[in-house]
Amino acid sequence: MSLPTSSVKMYPLGDAAVVLQLGDEIAVETHGQVKAVVRFLNQHSFPGLVEYVPAFTTVTLYYDPWLVSERGQVDPYAAVEENIRLMLAQLETDSAPEEPSIKEIPVVYGGEYGPDLAFVAEHCGLLPQEVIARHSQADYLVYMIGFAPGFPYLGGMDPKIAAPRKQVPRNVIPTSSVGIAGLQTGVYPLETPGGWQLIGRTPLSLFDPDRESPSLLQMGDVVRFVPISEAEFQAMKPDADGD
Amino acid sequence: MGIKVEKPGLLTTVQDLGRYGYQKQGMVVSGAMDSFALRLANLLTGNPENTAALEITLSGPRLRFQEDSLIALAGANLSPKLNGTPVPIHRPIFVRKETLLEFGAAVQGCRAYLAVAGGIDVPLVMGSAATYARAALGGWQGRSLQKGDVLPLISATSEQLRHWQEKCPAGESFLVSTWGLSPNLLPTYREHPTLRVLPGPEYGLFSENTQETFWHAEFKVSPASDRMGYRLDGPSLQLQEPLELLSSAVTFGTVQVTTSGNPIILMAEHQTTGGYPRIGQVISADLPLLVQVRPGSKLRYRQVALSEAHQLYYHQEQTLEHLKRVLHLQSKR
Repeated sequence: MSLPTSSVKMYPLGDAAVVLQLGDEIAVETHGQVKAVVRFLNQHSFPGLVEYVPAFTTVTLYYDPWLVSERGQVDPYAAVEENIRLMLAQLETDSAPEEPSIKEIPVVYGGEYGPDLAFVAEHCGLLPQEVIARHSQADYLVYMIGFAPGFPYLGGMDPKIAAPRKQVPRNVIPTSSVGIAGLQTGVYPLETPGGWQLIGRTPLSLFDPDRESPSLLQMGDVVRFVPISEAEFQAMKPDADGD
Repeated sequence: MGIKVEKPGLLTTVQDLGRYGYQKQGMVVSGAMDSFALRLANLLTGNPENTAALEITLSGPRLRFQEDSLIALAGANLSPKLNGTPVPIHRPIFVRKETLLEFGAAVQGCRAYLAVAGGIDVPLVMGSAATYARAALGGWQGRSLQKGDVLPLISATSEQLRHWQEKCPAGESFLVSTWGLSPNLLPTYREHPTLRVLPGPEYGLFSENTQETFWHAEFKVSPASDRMGYRLDGPSLQLQEPLELLSSAVTFGTVQVTTSGNPIILMAEHQTTGGYPRIGQVISADLPLLVQVRPGSKLRYRQVALSEAHQLYYHQEQTLEHLKRVLHLQSKR
């Protein structure tokens, strides 16, 4: 992994977190570096590290100042920074990038599951079938999980199917709806209000607290949407009441 | 057997110290708003600090104990009464079966914690008992308490209870411990506190005027505030120039500024990531002061250095360690 030292920054987020910033814009290369840091932290924690949160260009490390300072003996911020420097040095030599895990997400497009498919098609000057084809042909990179439990920030949507948000947001968007907002596409893990154009729905749960890994997707995964029929959707759905 | 909810109060939830380790999956931490008070309440009953207890907000519930219990209240003083008699907070109290706990006026602060020896028996979700109502998850059935709920308790050790059962005079429904926490161990809640704050990652991107204003103005806590965030009304805070930020981690106490120029302080149920500029960060040691203010209160900020924030945090941890030693000795008497 190449890490141009000049682009790496560290700064505090309050008295119990350090932000490691690896770039300034959304880029596949920066994402690769974020992923390498995450992989390293998964395997090598240090005493007092509470957890870490990867984002587009940053990994934020939460620490317990009392534990990291060895009960007030040493500067905990400096100690965490030192741990991060050692980690980055080790990552320099540890070059083989991990193959991304590919997750297929079946989607029933249009109809009651994707009430805005027709709008998106018309807005883009395409047939609904063409919107579905373009949406399901791309490989999407999960840059990060945030905003809501299990919500993926996906990159890689075909700009030809971009569509503006709804002027009046819906009060309730059903769980597992697949939507488009501007150049972004995503899946709603929870029932929430929202302004995305809904083009379909997946029978999978993006978030399930009882699963060993509650979020279906992890940062770094590659997502492919696979069109399915309504009958397949009903067959795959764990409970049929539409909840 | 357990605690019967005869009236739920404004917002009463089961909380522990929060759900850590899943923020990278977008899962909020939740947990007690005033974690220091929750830890105190638990320690006073002999529980581990992270035991599930009740967070009681402003207008308290009416609770009937269905079994003999050892309890303690900490945090806000919401005028607790047992069978109509006022009782102190920050002391262990033995209550007999059928005793009624009620609350009155909020004298100081707005979030009280009720710990019960043994703890409230709820299933752990992703390793925590904390309620996160937005995802209907954790705590008691993923929601705040409702009338008619009966909260099961994990039984306190019979030795601990027998000691109190013998000590409590026959015919008395409860017995307040003769010892309690010294007030100088406790944070002083104020109606209009000055919070100690570190500059946030985007502090330098705000206009000089705004930087000045931030440290000198008063910000009023809006009624549209909850466990997720406190919305503040005050002078508009402006960036030097408009800016699109990439989403990155935010945390409890982060002061972020929305596009309209109004700040929001993120609280225990904050989202894991956000894209608003972060002008400041309330230090960990002052979070108890922040969470105890009510809508309408006015906040001011005072800048401190990171090293001072750490020293103040150590002080809090030392207080708890001291308390644990004292309680350990107490339990041996």
